[in-house]
Amino acid sequence: MTTAVTNPEEKSGRAVTPEKLSDVVIRFAGDSGDGMQLTGGQFTSTSAMVGNDLSTLPDYPAEIRAPQGTLAGVSAFQVRIANHDIHTPGDEPDVLVAMNPAALVKNLGDLKTNGVVIANTDDFDARNLKKANLETNPLEDGSVEGYRVYEVALGTMTRRTLEGSPLDSKSQERCKNMFALGMAYWMFSRPLEPTIQWLKKKFGRKPDIAEANVKVLKAGWNYCDITQVFQVRYEVDKAQLEPGIYRNISGNSALAMGLVAASRRSGLPLFLGAYPITPASDVLHNLSTYKNFGVTTFQAEDEIAAICAAIGAAYGGALGVTASSGPGIALKGEALGLAMIVELPLIVVNVQRGGPSTGLPTKTEQSDLFQAFYGRNGESPIPILAAASPKDCFDIALEACKIAVKYMVPVMVLSDGYIANGSEPWLLPKLEDLPDLRTDFRTDPEGFHPYQRDEKTLARPWAIPGTPGLEHRIGGLEKEAVTGNVSYDPMNHQAMTDVRAAKVARIVQDVPDLEVDGEASGDLLVLGWGSTSGVITGALNVARSEGLNVSRAHLRHLNPFPGNLGEVLASFKQVLVPEMNCGQLAFILQGKYLKEVVSLTKVEGKPFYRHEIVSRVKELLKGDADVH
Amino acid sequence: MSTETPTLKKKDFQSDQDVRWCPGCGDYSILSAVQTVFAKLGLPKEKMVIVSGIGCSSRFPYYMDTYGFHTIHGRAPAFASGLKMARPDLHVWVVTGDGDAMSIGGNHFIHLLRRNVDVNVLLFNNRIYGLTKGQYSPTSEEGKRTKSSPMGSVDHPFNPLGLALGSGASFVGRTVDIFQPHMRELMLRAQAHRGTSFIEIYQNCNIFNDKAFSYMTDKPNRADNVLYLEHGKPMIFGAEQNKGIRLNGLQLEVIELGGSMGPEDCLVWDEDRQNPAFAFLLAQLAPPNFPTPIGVFRAVEQSTYDGDVLRQIDAATTQNPGKLEDLIYGGDTWTVEPPQEQPAG
Repeated sequence: MTTAVTNPEEKSGRAVTPEKLSDVVIRFAGDSGDGMQLTGGQFTSTSAMVGNDLSTLPDYPAEIRAPQGTLAGVSAFQVRIANHDIHTPGDEPDVLVAMNPAALVKNLGDLKTNGVVIANTDDFDARNLKKANLETNPLEDGSVEGYRVYEVALGTMTRRTLEGSPLDSKSQERCKNMFALGMAYWMFSRPLEPTIQWLKKKFGRKPDIAEANVKVLKAGWNYCDITQVFQVRYEVDKAQLEPGIYRNISGNSALAMGLVAASRRSGLPLFLGAYPITPASDVLHNLSTYKNFGVTTFQAEDEIAAICAAIGAAYGGALGVTASSGPGIALKGEALGLAMIVELPLIVVNVQRGGPSTGLPTKTEQSDLFQAFYGRNGESPIPILAAASPKDCFDIALEACKIAVKYMVPVMVLSDGYIANGSEPWLLPKLEDLPDLRTDFRTDPEGFHPYQRDEKTLARPWAIPGTPGLEHRIGGLEKEAVTGNVSYDPMNHQAMTDVRAAKVARIVQDVPDLEVDGEASGDLLVLGWGSTSGVITGALNVARSEGLNVSRAHLRHLNPFPGNLGEVLASFKQVLVPEMNCGQLAFILQGKYLKEVVSLTKVEGKPFYRHEIVSRVKELLKGDADVH
Repeated sequence: MSTETPTLKKKDFQSDQDVRWCPGCGDYSILSAVQTVFAKLGLPKEKMVIVSGIGCSSRFPYYMDTYGFHTIHGRAPAFASGLKMARPDLHVWVVTGDGDAMSIGGNHFIHLLRRNVDVNVLLFNNRIYGLTKGQYSPTSEEGKRTKSSPMGSVDHPFNPLGLALGSGASFVGRTVDIFQPHMRELMLRAQAHRGTSFIEIYQNCNIFNDKAFSYMTDKPNRADNVLYLEHGKPMIFGAEQNKGIRLNGLQLEVIELGGSMGPEDCLVWDEDRQNPAFAFLLAQLAPPNFPTPIGVFRAVEQSTYDGDVLRQIDAATTQNPGKLEDLIYGGDTWTVEPPQEQPAG
């Protein structure tokens, strides 16, 4: 077997006619140290290059290395590939790659009936069964009945492949994920070349490791090709997406790029103040590699210093940004209130995770909406935007910059763990289509007052230090209208509170009306916000294919809401609001529009499944039918 | 001094706002010194920025006709750091107090100093919380009876200079609110120093902690209780210049001059010693057994954080100036061709 790996041909030597699939979901699951995120990431990149539409769901523990082989240490990466436009990473995997017993038992329940299991038998020994708290071997005790199970000794094969390699045995063992990836590539008729190139680049300075990984990857592919292990092979054709140039992008990467684009389009140097926190750290990592765009990244001593430094930079005329997750945003609350009252532009990114407190650092949730609305002392409304998907993080960054600068206000951008780490193909924008975000600093001392307002936007002038004749003081104390001098006058405080709120409300003039997908009025509207966009779209496609009449709308603007939202809500008998919290948007909508809405909530640390939304839609429409 | 900059006077730095500190507060004297020093610097007024936190001292920016930012409690160093990184052309001064810098803002204070961001910090130390009306502060002496410590404070106080030196501060000084010429001289030194310049100013709160520093400020005691640090000179003090400080092992001790000992036996002060140990020893000197040293405790050249950040960005932008097109269209891309359409007609 090992002799065959030296010169593998990607064209299969076996006469297996690949079966065409339109859509398939694969989950790679193993120990935290098994490299499952990397394996899934490579399968994703290759599938993107092949031209599939795709959607991913990484799911990993908060511990860097939980005890090996335990249930707590299982790390998984799910990817769905399709020959058509898809919106979710899929409810149930068709294929599960399980590197050890813990990974198998933890993920088996999700697998589709008759789904494929590829199990690494080397790790199904007494020791690993015990670590997974198993009395018996699930491969032998009937647990996997109803599934198509392929038992492969991945570790043994890998070691044999690497006989004579200069790598030590531990390093050899680490290559076994490439054997699994090679098998997956064979099974789904993917090319090996993109991963080979990637390995050579990644381990450029360690050619032994690069060579070993490439060898094992090819061995995995050849093993499937030569042995009769799989009876079937699949093909998923290119998706007919909108024409154009694409790349695969995660939410955090798109956000970082969007911020750089905003900096370029506004002419303002980008300053990020940040403190490392899951799942927002990649924004810091990515931006710190963009120094050649004039980006300053400041890894501050804490979350508070991170936002304060960003405000300081904004005061000096930079595009100030801070990025964090819920616990960090909680710490930033006081400074955010200051940015609001001194009326400086700022972008605050919250990549939400499971809460409260430390909560579920690596799992997704949308439970910081109340925090965004109300998480500051005093009357302190700020604009809130929520990205709908990984690629939307790019656009939302540009939009946040536009609002912040035009209205002189801190803007909260909500993302979450699911879209931050998940990825999808991104139709790359034309540079000339990016918005013009240029802004003017005040320079004319004639008639200058720091709190004099623009009639249209109610924004105050941005007068940065260093400008002769505009010397003035700002601060967190209430200030007199126009002059900005400290004022404790009761009527002034009322007026200033009102005008700050009016300014945020006025942003509605830059918020597009809410578009309804489907009938503009009817029995049921499903209204989502943030990362639920994909799964709601997918669910409604299913519901409509079954003849149900249901409409959909999605909020990217949470404050202010689109101007026509009240009208849209009033046009439907029932409104269903799915959200990954305990009903926060539903609560706000009901308070603001006095429209009863039905909540569909979930806080399990993972996104909705399509079927969960479909079944609620069916129930509501059935109930509706019963009434009439 | 640039010839194009108009000569500014002290009054050019006075804002039109009424100063609202209590009559008799030490802050007035510090305000006056800063206004005088700013006029002396000959720098354009618009390049001067005062950033403060919360507390009596932090009202300072409102009374200066420069750019000013009255921020939130304890965080002024962080705002100042962001501002200085974004705008290296500005001269940024942080005004803070013992509660603001040593208690709620302790973390930002130490990190500012370790990074050596090129800003100047004036810490008004009155050893009490004034604006909240008289609770003990992190620099209040042990046993102090206040509104919140009726049986006496059981907190051990911070030594701000020791904390600054321990944080790696490159410029550390101490002065006293009513010692006008000394204070102004120190402020000029702070402005000239590249990196974070930290000055602790003993400041009398005549309402809640009156006479906290009178042991060294009252004329009769002054000479015996104050040690003026002068670079390159032996440490001598006393009304008759009859006492000195000597190093004995790892201890400093007071020696009587005149008999068998003379100035040559005293420690010669060297403010630019790289090793901060001497400065730390001096920072521990306190009554009743020692005079209180004032002046420059440490002044060493170190790279600045803002300078290094800028250097990296300059290098990156020179080597490979970022193009938005490369950023967005870089990486692994693929093209979806438009579907083949039948020719019309």
